[in-house]
Amino acid sequence: MMEKLVYIALFAPLVSSLFAAMFAMTPRKTFVGIIASLLLFTGFVASATLAVNIFTTGEAVSVTMMQWIGMGDLYIPFGFVADQVSVTMMTMVSLISTIVHVYSIGYMDHDKSFNRFFSYLSAFVFSMMVLVMSDNFAGLFIGWEGVGVCSWLLIGFWYHKPDQSREANPSISPSWAANEAFIMNRIADLGMLVGLFILYWNVGSLQYDDVFAAIPNLDQWILNGAALALFIGAMGKSAQFPLHTWLTDAMEGPTPVSALIHAATMVTAGVFLVIRANPLFSVTPEVSYFIAALGTFVAFFAASMALVNRDLKRIIAFSTLSQLGYMFAAAGLGAYWIALFHLVAHAFFKALLFLGAGNVMHAMHDELDIFKMGGLKKVMRPTYIYMGLASLTLAGIFPLAGFFSKDAIIETAFNEGTYILWIMLVVTAGMTAFYSFRQVFLTFHGTERYDHHEIHPHEMYKFVLIAMSPLAILAVIAGAFKDGFETFVTSLLPAYHMSEHTHHYVWLLTAIVTLFAVGGIALAYIKYNKGLERNEKLENSFIYKLLSNQYYIPNLYTELISKPYAMISEKFWHGVDMKIVDRTVDGVAHFLYKSGDVNRRMQTGNLSHYLNWMAVGAVVLMVAAAVTAMIG
Amino acid sequence: MIGLSHYLIVSALLFSIGLIGVLRRRNLLMLFFATEVMLNAVNIAFAAISHFYNDLTGQMFAFFVIAIAASEVAVGLGILIVLYKKHGSLDLDDLATMKG
Amino acid sequence: MENFLASLFTFQGFAFYLFSFLTIILFWITVMSNNVLYAMTSLASGMVLISGFFFILGADFLGVVQLIVYVGAIMALYSFAMMFFDATREIKEKNTNGAVVFVLGGLSALMLVLMFAAPIHSESIQALYPMHEGVGNAQDVGIVLFTKYLVPFEVAALMLLVAMIAGIILAGKKMDQSLTEIMDEDAGEDEILTQKDEK
Repeated sequence: MMEKLVYIALFAPLVSSLFAAMFAMTPRKTFVGIIASLLLFTGFVASATLAVNIFTTGEAVSVTMMQWIGMGDLYIPFGFVADQVSVTMMTMVSLISTIVHVYSIGYMDHDKSFNRFFSYLSAFVFSMMVLVMSDNFAGLFIGWEGVGVCSWLLIGFWYHKPDQSREANPSISPSWAANEAFIMNRIADLGMLVGLFILYWNVGSLQYDDVFAAIPNLDQWILNGAALALFIGAMGKSAQFPLHTWLTDAMEGPTPVSALIHAATMVTAGVFLVIRANPLFSVTPEVSYFIAALGTFVAFFAASMALVNRDLKRIIAFSTLSQLGYMFAAAGLGAYWIALFHLVAHAFFKALLFLGAGNVMHAMHDELDIFKMGGLKKVMRPTYIYMGLASLTLAGIFPLAGFFSKDAIIETAFNEGTYILWIMLVVTAGMTAFYSFRQVFLTFHGTERYDHHEIHPHEMYKFVLIAMSPLAILAVIAGAFKDGFETFVTSLLPAYHMSEHTHHYVWLLTAIVTLFAVGGIALAYIKYNKGLERNEKLENSFIYKLLSNQYYIPNLYTELISKPYAMISEKFWHGVDMKIVDRTVDGVAHFLYKSGDVNRRMQTGNLSHYLNWMAVGAVVLMVAAAVTAMIG
Repeated sequence: MIGLSHYLIVSALLFSIGLIGVLRRRNLLMLFFATEVMLNAVNIAFAAISHFYNDLTGQMFAFFVIAIAASEVAVGLGILIVLYKKHGSLDLDDLATMKG
Repeated sequence: MENFLASLFTFQGFAFYLFSFLTIILFWITVMSNNVLYAMTSLASGMVLISGFFFILGADFLGVVQLIVYVGAIMALYSFAMMFFDATREIKEKNTNGAVVFVLGGLSALMLVLMFAAPIHSESIQALYPMHEGVGNAQDVGIVLFTKYLVPFEVAALMLLVAMIAGIILAGKKMDQSLTEIMDEDAGEDEILTQKDEK
């Protein structure tokens, strides 16, 4: 029975994808979206049933569907496991994807590629399921690549949009952004592959159980190498510095995609990998500390860029980046269950935030500049409530989910005695509160700065708003399940407890974080509630420009990597490809063509000539036979 | 005494005469004659080998060659007649319609 | 030379050289003549002489078959076929360049003669179906043909049947029309067309 549920949870999205793919080339059909959503919902029910079952019995369900690769000592099955960690991810992924599917029925209403969109979206969910459910690293890698491909397809969904300059649109065009995301992930995946090779080379298996059982017997430097290589893979997928630029550019995709893939699920795959491989990262403290430090840095770094950005979706993308940094900080410090808890909580409120942003975009006719919005709360009250709620959660205000999860991470940083990280995380919490409410106030409060003649804001469809409500409810109440969640997942993950010392200060710590958060919100209120007052001097200052241009890192990559690479490619194209490779190939073709042209004259159509040629051949053969006979 | 080589050489000469005929003739009927010459030359070789090695296999092959020659002539002549009806000529130069 | 003369005065040797000389001459005529009748006649006589070879070689049955099938049936078929064509006419054809023909033909003759004249080294050639002492050739052939070569023999019979039907169908269409008349009609139509054009 449980095995069947595993298969249903895994394959319902695939069926949905294939079903939608059948209509990919036909005009918009609403029932495609409805059936896809129903199938996804089936998957969610299966996952949730599994979760309840595992919660009550405490027993993981593992199935081996079939052997995938078996040769010599290499044995890789298509094996899937639903244990405490993967079932958490499964439930979260299938819930959010179901909601996003329903949302997309409304959001993609006017898109002519409606059916194709659902096919891609469900294919993504299937890949993600493979990723989280696989019981070995090879299956995880397949899912990993699968979500990469689907992400590429969905970012570039509006591939027909032309390229623009970086000043006009920082992410140039959907197809450019899709390629950037894909290539960045390829770079990181190389690291991941190296990690897998190191593990396989030394352990002889890629099954999680075998690998983790073999860890005590391995040299420290091998473990460090494997952990670092796997983390490089995680860095690409979770967009950690220096491979972070693709995530904000990925906002070129349709907004439901941003909500599902680039906020709630795919980008957390890197965190999931670290959590999954926790026995490996637990024994490599240097690598783990590096992860924590990098995570903290990214949290701060991304938040700083979000402070000045004007693009609605990019601000949320930066906050995703920042929250991923938090998760890595927790995982790096050994608090794996806290990282997982923040991952799930973040998925709820970040998806809600993005879907709200989608409503705003829908209302504003795809306008994304928050400087050109304002006063929308009058016409879009439900969306305003959703986004305000999600922003409060993101800022970490009691008693919403974000408060419990983020606070736990900050406490962990204090508990580990890494005070520099702690300070940075606290400051980042304040910045987070500021930029999220800057965005909320600029969008919904104050004067209306859009063109009244061209834009008539209107609320989204009702069913869409209703579909978003589970996310809002979960964003509010998820914090209440913190203790239950802890006991649930720590039966698989290592337990993490605060020391007495930290317990002693816990009220003070919470007060400091809340103070920063409320301070951030207050600052945003003072500055932006009335409306937008632009400060020319500030906007022209060096730091503002640095931040709004993302520290010039995209430009730096263009100058240091893309352009030299293009130059070298040009050289190789002209020098090697055209002059050597192409010329050789052309030469062969030319030779064949010419010889054919010459030999064509043999084909006179006259049988007598053919007979003569036949005789020539026979005589040549006879001479050859005679000569060889004489020599032999 | 006359040995195997004598017969084989005669056979080779006759075969070459047939080959010359095949090479120089353009009239299909004459080409058929030339092929008959070649077939007969081969038959001599078969019979001679059969005789000198005291083995009947050579003669058997000669029989089958004759059978094949007979059917070839039957079908071939039928085709010649059709060709002649169609083109009014049996000259290969006139029949060269498949120029590449 | 002495050998040649010595063998010339045995019955077998004399017959062999005579037949060889005559067949080569006759086949040469077949290949070179411009007249279909000459070519066919010389071919037929050459075939008769080849049956002579078979008789010398002790392959009596083969010789008889040669006479019946080749000289009797095949040559008859040729002569019937020629009735469809204009046999009395001299054949005008652009023969292939003589040099090419004689180089290729000569070379192949040279190679074949060289090969056949070379002494056969292998002593281990064994008869597969040896002839029997005191049994006539026809009987011997019959035994082997109907035991060891039964299947090929039946296949050959079937092939002959197929060939016969094919020959009849190919040649038999429009049998009622004379080929020469068809040609004349075509020419007549052409004339009519040209006359129309002139008008």
